[in-house]
Amino acid sequence: MKILVLVKQVPDTATQVKIGANPKAIDTAGITWIVSPYDEFAVEEALRIKEKRGQADVVAVTLGPDRAKEALRSCLAMGCDRAIHLNDPAWAEADTLATAKALAAVVKQESPELVLTGRQAIDDDMGAVPAQVAELLGWPCAYWIMEEAVDGDGKTARTGRQVEGGLEIFDVPLPAVLSAQKGLNEPRYPTLKGIMGAKKKEIKDVKAGDLGLGAETPQLSVVALEALPPRPPGRIIQGDVPTAVKELVRSLREDAKAI
Amino acid sequence: MANAFWCVVEDDRKGAPKKVMAEVIGEAARLSGGEVEAVWLTDKATDEGVKQLGEWGARKVWLLENAAFAPYRAEVWAPAIAELAKAQSPRAILAPVTSRQRELMARLAARLDVGLAADCMGLAMEGDRLIATRPVYAGKLLAKMAWAKTPWLATLRPNVFKPADAVPGRAAAVERPTASLPAAALKLVERREEVSTGLPELTEAEIVLSGGRGMKGPENYVILEELGGVIGAAVGASRAAVDAGWRPHRFQIGQTGRTISPKLYMGFGVSGAIQHLAGMRTSKVIVAINKDPEAPIFKIADYGIVADLFEVVPALTQEFKRLLEK
Ligand SMILES: Cc1cc2nc3c(=O)[nH]c(=O)nc-3n(C[C@H](O)[C@H](O)[C@H](O)COP(=O)(O)OP(=O)(O)OC[C@H]3O[C@@H](n4cnc5c(N)ncnc54)[C@H](O)[C@@H]3O)c2cc1C
Ligand SMILES: Nc1ncnc2c1ncn2[C@@H]1O[C@H](COP(=O)(O)O)[C@@H](O)[C@H]1O
Repeated sequence: MKILVLVKQVPDTATQVKIGANPKAIDTAGITWIVSPYDEFAVEEALRIKEKRGQADVVAVTLGPDRAKEALRSCLAMGCDRAIHLNDPAWAEADTLATAKALAAVVKQESPELVLTGRQAIDDDMGAVPAQVAELLGWPCAYWIMEEAVDGDGKTARTGRQVEGGLEIFDVPLPAVLSAQKGLNEPRYPTLKGIMGAKKKEIKDVKAGDLGLGAETPQLSVVALEALPPRPPGRIIQGDVPTAVKELVRSLREDAKAI
Repeated sequence: MANAFWCVVEDDRKGAPKKVMAEVIGEAARLSGGEVEAVWLTDKATDEGVKQLGEWGARKVWLLENAAFAPYRAEVWAPAIAELAKAQSPRAILAPVTSRQRELMARLAARLDVGLAADCMGLAMEGDRLIATRPVYAGKLLAKMAWAKTPWLATLRPNVFKPADAVPGRAAAVERPTASLPAAALKLVERREEVSTGLPELTEAEIVLSGGRGMKGPENYVILEELGGVIGAAVGASRAAVDAGWRPHRFQIGQTGRTISPKLYMGFGVSGAIQHLAGMRTSKVIVAINKDPEAPIFKIADYGIVADLFEVVPALTQEFKRLLEK
């Protein structure tokens, strides 16, 4: 069974991000980059499927600049077998749809049984790429999965998807795209052996031309990034608990009109 | 009408649109000068549901009623809406942020080859174009974004946009277009309903109480639920509490949990880590109760009390009871 895992490199969750000299992008100086946390659930799930089945070809795929190779190395260190790096200036302005088109083209070339993704990339926070890849391929898709089990034949996956008010258990025929929600599993840390071994694994570089694609006008683009509007200074309410609580309730009711 | 703003209806699966649709319709009306139409895919609509959409301001309801639309499956829904959109050329298609609209709208965007701005906190017409304002980098920055062509697809964060006032007697024209329905790929095996807490859904609630590691154990959440019962609040948790197994993941607020934007957020024993703030920093009023005066949550709180939450919560419950009984 072949599984493609789509991973994106994003700034570390604890990093301060600042607007760059070009106000459409962030200042990347001093940023620590990580694999988007939800994508780690997807990688972990692929590795578990492989371990359960005894064999599988697990391929980490990313679209991003040179630095994104580091994200692929982390996935290889976790245990992915090989990696594909979509790296071309033609994708510098790619929005989610252009990204999905490129990724769908790779999926077509590789024709895996399963594509695993994160629920959303924690930089653009769109949560759009998995559904768009599925749509472009004409494949089924299940969002926000918290349980998954591929059947013995590798023909269907039983998935539990999180919806408002509950969990819906579906049988999804493969090939399909599944997007991972937190709670699916606990991602492993790479072992030292894994990190050493990763250096020898293959990372294939792919240009837009290799996929028959060119530069594309993004359908959605950033006009400008802005800082958050400042919050008015807060107030610590003094006094013993009964007094403070009374004053808090009064303030919420009369000043903030929040209740 | 080629200039109409469409609103994709999120319903309660019992034939009525969810309350959040008042916000989506209200915003669509503001942007389009009243050219609002609703698109409702359902296995069963009720007359009251249609009436409600009209009173909120939808001039027309495109009602696609078919057993095939339940349970929701994007591979059936997206082609149906896309087909109608191609025939009617709406100027924009808006939907609330919910787990299914996230997927549906993304599929629809790919099918129509247009942009989707997910989780918008602001929308504004600038001349002839629509500009979306949406949080990026976990809410650390805002991005203003624009589309290359229509229809403009966007999902709207709940509790942010001003809801439309219902005008009694205002009615929508109902159209029942036929749609070609592809076969569904996903087969529903089972639906596991969440045990109802009797409290509102986290992402929809106007008031959210959040309990962190300071709650000390799963058994103590009853005091938050009691307070929630009095003021109609949902109860959420920090990741520390979820990872400790005190609360299921669906209650987690933050970067790897739910994003909420209630009118009032109250954190109890939550330190205010950057990843927690990512999920709640756009709340209108923020209250923090923490023993530690240095806890970072006080930096973004509008009101804070430095004290033991186990003393504060029961006192709050009493005080709110007294206030609301008046
Ligand atoms: C990739 C990544 C993603 C993450 N995603 C999330 C996320 O989605 N959501 C999230 O919440 N976190 C997330 N985190 C974790 C985050 O960094 C913090 O560890 C977490 O938010 C801390 O939870 P807490 O505030 O409950 O616990 P703590 O930081 O331990 O704070 C507990 C607080 O309770 C106070 N306290 C203790 N007892 C009392 C009492 N009796 N009365 C009053 N106050 C008391 C203490 O003073 C302290 O401030 C993420 C981390 C990473 C690395
Ligand atoms: N540039 C990219 N390269 C590889 N995978 C991506 C990329 N962008 C998004 N994805 C995948 O799609 C998911 C959702 O991303 P997004 O729609 O950008 O929030 C991510 O969690 C990844 O699994």
